[in-house]
Amino acid sequence: MPLSRQDVEHVAWLARLELTDEEIQRLQVELSAILEYARMLEQIDVSQVPPTATVLPMRNVMRDDEVAPSLPRDVVLANAPDQEEGYFRVPPVLETE
Amino acid sequence: MELYQLTAHEARDLLRRGDISATELTRAVLQRITAVEPRVKAYITLTPEVALAQAAEADKRFAEARRAGTVDQLPDLLGIPLAVKDVISTAGIRTTCASKILDDYVPPYDATAVVRLREQGAVIVGKTNTDEFAMGWSTENSAFGPSHNPWDLSRVPGGSSGGNAAALAADATIIAIGSDTGGSVRQPAAFCNLVALRPTYGRVSRFGLVAFASSLDQIGPMTKDVTDAALVYQAIAGHDPKDSTSVNRPVEDVMSELGREVKGLRVGVPKEYFGEGIDPNVARVVRQALSVLEDLGAHLEEISLPLTQHSIPVYYIIAPAEASANLARYDGVRYGYRAEASTLWEQYKRTRGQGFGPEVKRRIILGTYALSAGYYDAYYLRAQKVRTLIRREYEKAFEQVDVIAGPVTPVLPWPIGWAMENPVQAYLTDLLTISQAIAGVPAMAVPAGFWDDLPVGLQLVGRPFDEPTLFRLAYAYEQATGWGKRRPATL
Repeated sequence: MPLSRQDVEHVAWLARLELTDEEIQRLQVELSAILEYARMLEQIDVSQVPPTATVLPMRNVMRDDEVAPSLPRDVVLANAPDQEEGYFRVPPVLETE
Repeated sequence: MELYQLTAHEARDLLRRGDISATELTRAVLQRITAVEPRVKAYITLTPEVALAQAAEADKRFAEARRAGTVDQLPDLLGIPLAVKDVISTAGIRTTCASKILDDYVPPYDATAVVRLREQGAVIVGKTNTDEFAMGWSTENSAFGPSHNPWDLSRVPGGSSGGNAAALAADATIIAIGSDTGGSVRQPAAFCNLVALRPTYGRVSRFGLVAFASSLDQIGPMTKDVTDAALVYQAIAGHDPKDSTSVNRPVEDVMSELGREVKGLRVGVPKEYFGEGIDPNVARVVRQALSVLEDLGAHLEEISLPLTQHSIPVYYIIAPAEASANLARYDGVRYGYRAEASTLWEQYKRTRGQGFGPEVKRRIILGTYALSAGYYDAYYLRAQKVRTLIRREYEKAFEQVDVIAGPVTPVLPWPIGWAMENPVQAYLTDLLTISQAIAGVPAMAVPAGFWDDLPVGLQLVGRPFDEPTLFRLAYAYEQATGWGKRRPATL
């Protein structure tokens, strides 16, 4: 089933990704082809198979919760597009009318 | 022979004898870069000042050790020029991931692999080109433009670690480290007549490797020969408390494997690695390589890995799903590109829409879709279940054989531009490098000869943590054939 324009727009919204009309049209075609190819996996019976999230046998690696120096604030802020008084500065979170 | 043509172990011997200095070696490589870079375009950022300072430091260490009579105890990579793929963090050196969104990002810390190489005294000459966020096969997806294959400048060097491959094949570095999520060190090595290793998942710390697909990403060496790959692997492997997925288990001495007998090793040859979708010329060259392994005393056995083809959809669901989560951090708040906007929501959307290139957007959308409500079970969960079956398939095969061998890639290096025009078809070229990443097993690429003057790679796949056997067999093959010694004539 090919992806609709609304499908791509919905997913782009979830991903907070602005797409042009041309990009949406292209992605509809390309993603439909990829998902069609992925239907190959439906041939395999996985009803009795557990999923693999990681190949490692380890789980929950813990360490002691010790206080240690972290990066200095000016170093952390050095790459910030905008900053003010030691904070990251961003546009308004809530829209004001 | 020019200094820039040396391997790391050859240079090490000359440095220790005092025949050359690290500064001379570094200058030779920097001059070589200046000479070939306009045609090859392997690097995104060059660091000549850093390199010369590190080289001077190395020369000081050599002089002190010579006075103390302890030269042989110095690290192997002291004074050796190193290229670092631009998805691996380097403190104080711009790290772009070949993306507009990180165009001016300067990491405040080094990746653990870089820390370990710096501790040995390796000399960073620059950051190399890659597909954006390591997503691709050719460097065609780089925001800085593609690198060129030194064997044929009209063709891709492979990817995503294509800048490393182009630099090594052009003698514009001595050693390199890249990252491999679905073949990204092995495929470019095969395309450029080089050696590369994807280590067992968990063997090398991922700390400081900019995350693409965390359950698949591994850092690995790319070098001109097997000995150099062993030296770099030995330097970067081992547990790191900063990466909870790095395995706490001693690292074997792989150097002692080089030169050991391979007689009696059982080598499995999957019939799927020579079937549909494989360029018959690639298959021909690799069959020839397999007969050399047989001459060396290895036993070849035909085996079957029926899920090889299924590994492509498994990968192209799991990797984009993980990527869509990992790349959520690029929102224009703390680092990187920020688009102008009047609200925060607009800023997120525009920053990402303007900052990411087409392949990254494709994967974010695909991954988000596979994880979204209503599709999670059908795509992501199913892919994770088939992942289990692919792991079991390898486990079963390794009950029967010690190593699995075949081509690295089903195709020869393609003309620049092809993958951009055929992105979905390009996914299929990952056929032979993806399943090892899904299963977490180590895999190596070794030069296997040429077809039409284009390089072909032999792939050797091992049991988890059995890098020693891969090095043993790769070295024996290399010594018997010497394909890796060939250098491109065009430069």
